[in-house]
Amino acid sequence: MNPLERLRARRAAEDAGEDPSMTTPEAAMGRMDKPYGAHDPTLPPPVDSTLDQAPIPLEHRLRMYELQQEIRQVETQLHRLFVMGLVQGTSHLYTGMEATAAAFGTLLRSDDYSFATYRGHGHTLARGASMKGLIGEMLGRESGLLGGKGGSMHLTSVEHGMLGSYAIIGAHLCIANGAAWSARYRGTDQVAVAFFGDGTTNIGAFHEALNFAAVYDLPVVFVCENNLYMEYTPIGQITAVEHPAADRAPAYGLESIVVDGNDADAVYLTARDALEKARSGGGPSLIETLTYRHGGHSRADPGTYRPSAEVEAWKDRDPIPLYHQRLLRIGVDESTLTGIQTSVAERVDEATEDAKAAAKPDPSVIFTDVYADGGYQWRN
Amino acid sequence: MAELSYREAVARGIAQEMDRDERVFLIGEDVAGAGGVFKTTVGLLDRFGPRRVVDTPISEQAILGAAMGAAMTGLRPIAEIMFSDFFAVAWDIVVNEIAKARYMTNGQVEVPLVIRSANGGGARFGAQHSQSVENWAMAVPGLKVVAPSTPADVVGLLAASVRDPDPVLFFEHKSLYASKAEVPDGEILDELGTAKIVRPGADLTIVALALMVPRALEAAEILAGEGIDAEVIDVRSLIPLDTATILGSVEKTSRLFTVEENPRVLGWGAEIVSIAVDEAFWHLDAPIVRITTPHVPLPSSGGLEDETIPSVERIVAEVKKGLV
Ligand SMILES: Cc1ncc(C[n+]2csc(CCOP(=O)(O)OP(=O)(O)O)c2C)c(N)n1
Ligand SMILES: [Mg+2]
Repeated sequence: MNPLERLRARRAAEDAGEDPSMTTPEAAMGRMDKPYGAHDPTLPPPVDSTLDQAPIPLEHRLRMYELQQEIRQVETQLHRLFVMGLVQGTSHLYTGMEATAAAFGTLLRSDDYSFATYRGHGHTLARGASMKGLIGEMLGRESGLLGGKGGSMHLTSVEHGMLGSYAIIGAHLCIANGAAWSARYRGTDQVAVAFFGDGTTNIGAFHEALNFAAVYDLPVVFVCENNLYMEYTPIGQITAVEHPAADRAPAYGLESIVVDGNDADAVYLTARDALEKARSGGGPSLIETLTYRHGGHSRADPGTYRPSAEVEAWKDRDPIPLYHQRLLRIGVDESTLTGIQTSVAERVDEATEDAKAAAKPDPSVIFTDVYADGGYQWRN
Repeated sequence: MAELSYREAVARGIAQEMDRDERVFLIGEDVAGAGGVFKTTVGLLDRFGPRRVVDTPISEQAILGAAMGAAMTGLRPIAEIMFSDFFAVAWDIVVNEIAKARYMTNGQVEVPLVIRSANGGGARFGAQHSQSVENWAMAVPGLKVVAPSTPADVVGLLAASVRDPDPVLFFEHKSLYASKAEVPDGEILDELGTAKIVRPGADLTIVALALMVPRALEAAEILAGEGIDAEVIDVRSLIPLDTATILGSVEKTSRLFTVEENPRVLGWGAEIVSIAVDEAFWHLDAPIVRITTPHVPLPSSGGLEDETIPSVERIVAEVKKGLV
């Protein structure tokens, strides 16, 4: 069945009074019944145990563990702060998806460029931006990464190569091309990476950006984090191909790459190749990582439209316990890992206290930085 | 001094800046091999090579996104949007990304780029290839908006735009491309945010932009024949806006007319009128008059288009009516 047939079948089933919630794995599978590589798309891929032996330096593995812990613990804390009414505006948590940002964060050189979406807390932390700045921004404080002027959806830390979080679907793929263009124009071997979701593959800017990058062989890596949902709509229901990114890659002369996005080592190996290719003049790559968000789309969303069996299956495939077990298997002490967890927890607490204590932005900043002279004057 | 067409002035301005600054490059549809669909970039590919003068796919978002990303990381792109009407397909990049990046990031990001575009009517191209959209851009905080009316201003204001640290939308008027005037030799660097009194006069002030400037000047000559002495101001730059020059003129003449090609509602003249009413009210001797394209899409047929966009005759008539 192609996706449209599948959609019609599903609607017919719903019309016939069958339970549309599809809470059994079989029903969830029926929604996207074509094999997704070797497995069902809505369920996590099997763990690749050969990755234990992957040629990844231990310090990189420990860094990926630490980054995943940082992101998870910060997101968990932000959720708590939200429940307490301290987080301003909306937020889109990355919980469950940490492996991709952690792997890229570990591999990227300090002068490389990252471009993320509104779901960009993890990508920002992964470049080494400060937790205090991130939590401060979420609380709308002067100490925030953007001084309280950008918020959750626009996290940026230029000094860390984090060139921004973009909240209008698609644009930043085009902008990442420009950074890659600039790198090559200036004769550097910097690489630009753009992270985005499965839903983003259906907007025009995605296709413009892919063609553009391919035509000029730009040193850019496009990373589609396929968490199976565009907001509340299953991606398979609104996409003409099975793999929203990978199936489109050949249209731009690129290789189809699908990788387990819940296994940091799998992402690492793929990312390493793509970055190396870009850095050495080999042009762009498009990578699709299979993952799942543990929570809803945004803070307002309980995520109840997802079949519970699907949610449970993916929670069982949480990237962090998976990685913890791998590190133990390859000989890392439990105490080392606990030590990392604890030190991250301390930093999260410290950053939270710092943010809570930080001043609210002075109203004068409303008028700063519209133009390069620092102000907002548009007339004499 | 050499006589140069407005379209040749575009190429000269770009070349001047590309010669001066290695970071400047030009991208757009048909700008390289073909020298631009309006022949505004002729010769640049031969002179600067394919690394710096680049033909792109029909991908306005990709073009402007690439310009933005390059500007954020140390380059000084000049991007072309072939017809300003096409801004609509990439308006997200302009309005949500380019214009706001500095503000949202608390000053971490800067986007020093120029987007040139062929704006305006008079070519019988119909409603999708003739609009004057400078007022769209003017409504967005963070952008600068420039629209020259003479070849010399094209060179000087383009240079100022390229050197400006903020994003500039540079509107070239397609009905002015063939117009010619003397342009000084050597480097020309003008200043954004400066209006120009292009015809001094004592009785009334006409404020105009781009194609409306030569029409206002012609109208002023006709009025002079009837003993009416009009001062004509070329606004040149909508953001920053040189209100001092405009208000100074109003204080002198006590009568203000705007001539705008954009459709009437929320045209740039409305902002100038509002400022004049706020700040020069006691100097005014008569109601302010806005002479604009009515609030309609532009028709294509010659006679219809000429009726729609303010003409010399209409300017003369409206001024005479407004003077009583
Ligand atoms: C152009 C545009 N249309 C719609 C939205 C509203 N919106 C925000 S997030 C989102 C879903 C994006 O899904 P996906 O790309 O899969 O990313 P995910 O949220 O799953 O990480 C939508 C539709 C938007 N921000 N921009
Ligand atoms: Mg998604």
